[in-house]
Amino acid sequence: MNNIVVLPMVIPLLAGVILIFLRSFVKVQRVLSLLAVIATGVVSISILNAIQSEGILRLDFGGWLPPYGILFVADSFSVLLVLTTAIVSTIILLYAFSTIGATRENMYFYSFVLFLIGGVNGSFLTGDLFNLFVCFEVMLLASYVLITLGGRKVQLVESIKYVVINVLSSWFFLLGIAYLYGSVGTLNMAHLSERIAEVGQGPLLTTISLIFLIVFSLKSGLLLYFWLPGSYSAPPTAIAALFGALLTKVGIYAMFRTFTLIFYHEPSITHTLIGVMAALTMIGGSIGAIAYKDVRQIVTYNVVITIGFILVGLAVSTEVAIMGSIYYLVHDMIIKALLFLLAGTMIYLTGTSRIEEMSGLIRNYPALGWLFFLTTLSLAGIPPLSGFIGKLYVGQGAVEAGSYTLLAIAFLSSMFVLYSLLQIFMNAFWGETIISEDEETPLQNRLLLPCVVLGIGTIALGIGAESIAAYVSDAATTLMNPQIYIDAVMNGNR
Amino acid sequence: MKTNDVILRTVTKAVVFIILTFGVELFFAGHNSPGGGFIGGLVLSSALVLLFLVHDIETVQQGIPVDFKKVAAVGVIFAVGTGVGAVLFGAAFLTQTFGVFHLPVFGDTELATVVLFEVGVALTVVGTVVTIILSISEDV
Repeated sequence: MNNIVVLPMVIPLLAGVILIFLRSFVKVQRVLSLLAVIATGVVSISILNAIQSEGILRLDFGGWLPPYGILFVADSFSVLLVLTTAIVSTIILLYAFSTIGATRENMYFYSFVLFLIGGVNGSFLTGDLFNLFVCFEVMLLASYVLITLGGRKVQLVESIKYVVINVLSSWFFLLGIAYLYGSVGTLNMAHLSERIAEVGQGPLLTTISLIFLIVFSLKSGLLLYFWLPGSYSAPPTAIAALFGALLTKVGIYAMFRTFTLIFYHEPSITHTLIGVMAALTMIGGSIGAIAYKDVRQIVTYNVVITIGFILVGLAVSTEVAIMGSIYYLVHDMIIKALLFLLAGTMIYLTGTSRIEEMSGLIRNYPALGWLFFLTTLSLAGIPPLSGFIGKLYVGQGAVEAGSYTLLAIAFLSSMFVLYSLLQIFMNAFWGETIISEDEETPLQNRLLLPCVVLGIGTIALGIGAESIAAYVSDAATTLMNPQIYIDAVMNGNR
Repeated sequence: MKTNDVILRTVTKAVVFIILTFGVELFFAGHNSPGGGFIGGLVLSSALVLLFLVHDIETVQQGIPVDFKKVAAVGVIFAVGTGVGAVLFGAAFLTQTFGVFHLPVFGDTELATVVLFEVGVALTVVGTVVTIILSISEDV
């Protein structure tokens, strides 16, 4: 029994509910929400260390032993993501304090951010497929509110797409769960894995796994990303950053979990398909990223490229590649938050999102310019920044597995990332300065500070990659050896 | 526009109490037999929705001056609170317990903490359903 495992979900949830009663006290809301996410971060650090010494932790809700009850399972993979979620959302909250505006703050903005974080953490930690569905819904419901909050026309247009596509994919999710329950009679992930290994993953179970592939592809934007660029560019910067950093990652996490723990017996079908989808995603994302002249669009297509890149690791499924994917996941949560915040700040400062209407910003805002350059390098994977190590390991894994086509596409897509961001950099930051010093909107430190912190984060994660190496390799080992997870859930009676 | 709805109003006066009683009955039937907080809450909120339909929103809100968004929030606090409460007693999150107590009128009665959890669920359902209905009706 490790009650600490449930805290990353319960703290934000309870704090969010309490904030509903403090609607008019905006300052209190800010402090409480910040404290809640920081507490989540502290708790996840201690869980992470406990896992290293005691192995995978689990908590059976209400003392009902698996496979009968619902449980939370904390392994290094999930807790690393919980920790990154806490760090990123803390910084995004800091940015939101000064940008989100009083009207949204009065309309329960912080409550819903906390519900979103609670749902995300629950999805990472749960050990039960139906509970995963529930946590997904908690997260999605909060995101529906956040995307429409404020009710500008573009938000409503995009939110209809977003809500419809997510309701549809949730329906497929439920369908897949029903099929799976009908065929193997359990929904506990470890128990599922055990039973599927016993009966063998026949054509029927492989088909069911493909339903899950469709569901998680819709949620994470793997190939089925047509809804993503629109809905991620509609809401205000802080919310877009939260979405870009967290939401697709939950889909990616779920895909890693299901296809390494449950449906790993037919890689020639499922993993090949994931590989093809990842390749197409990277190609489509690259085309999108260089086709647009709008900062928001370019940034959201960069999200798409990354999704493809991370799933290359799952497609080749060697331990090194999975390690690379985990590094890259952590890196991407930080760097995408930074990229969205920078893009939003640029739009706020210039009043336009078209790159041809910006010019010479580096004279007006040197710090912003260099931060953007740093982000570009980090996303392209230049050492010693944090993108490098993930790309290196994914590449190494792809070479080991002999998937040279995927490797080529993955690294070509990095070139396109670099090109698309340099295009923003050259158009917006270089060139003739068109904003005179009297006209320029001052860049307040409270806008710049969160970006600087995230920038330091990417440098630190790049140079100090060694410090999380133990956690990442433990996470990869657990993912590659489902038996470790199964033993911790089904046999250990802690 | 005022329609002649004497029959509806008269019937409602009686029916609302029947629905409310049924809701409470379903609520207490819960946790060991069919029923419970969710269904009980739905039935309770259907009584409220009927009131909103028959009378106008202002009249009902004068009679029941409650912010239903906060009702839902109180419900969630109850539900999560019983989970956290178990943690405070050193048991696993969401552990429920029960005991048999001797009460003056009822005699030996089984009291279970799961009822508190169900109260939370019921309040959340009532709060959410009524909030949804009110928001839809306001916008037109």
